[in-house]
Amino acid sequence: MNIIQVNQSPIDVSSLITWLYESPADGAVVTFMGKVRSFENQVISLTLEHYPEMTEKVLGNIINQARSRWAINRVAIVHRVGKIYANESIVFVGVSSTHRSDAFATTEFIMDILKNEAPFWKKEQTASGQNWVKAKESDLKTLKKWY
Amino acid sequence: MQQNSDSMNKIIFFAQTRELVGVNKLELAVEQMSISQLLEQLSLRGNKWSLALKEKTVLCAVNQTLVNYDYIIQEDDEIAFFPPVTGG
Repeated sequence: MNIIQVNQSPIDVSSLITWLYESPADGAVVTFMGKVRSFENQVISLTLEHYPEMTEKVLGNIINQARSRWAINRVAIVHRVGKIYANESIVFVGVSSTHRSDAFATTEFIMDILKNEAPFWKKEQTASGQNWVKAKESDLKTLKKWY
Repeated sequence: MQQNSDSMNKIIFFAQTRELVGVNKLELAVEQMSISQLLEQLSLRGNKWSLALKEKTVLCAVNQTLVNYDYIIQEDDEIAFFPPVTGG
């Protein structure tokens, strides 16, 4: 079972964890949350834009790839768009599985591929103005771990 | 450019690419053109277009899947141009 959501509203973490936790056959639930970082209070907020039809397709494909590699049960990917303030969550990834190693690997895999392939773009608002966040070379390198 | 006999392709722009070119979308008959050729043609619209649509810095998706610049555009393809992604 999958949950894929792209929302403007804050992420409801507790209901996601409740859902991930439901299956008695699972022995592990791993979650990851990415949040808006503000080094020395430089970043006030981020505005996230996306390509809705493609986002859904890419996130679904990432989960399908993960399912072909690891024995996992429930998978949730929730990503926010619109305006997100410093220290708020941007993304939630949660995976349940029989044993922890599959859930750990899947969670990391989903984040690494999402960072490189899911069509989201961040614009940063700081005290001195706004600018588009540049893609990082280091994110591209993480792909080599998996392909 | 627009001919009634040809089907139109929807071309959409996102993020910084959209801001630079100044439009959200275009409808053009570009079937059988490669993505490279389309980029070249759009770049003729002005400096901001050529800056936004430089090969290697702009990504292209056709029907919501990433493609290479040598992809040949088909009837009804939805073509999107955008910068490298920065989600997560």
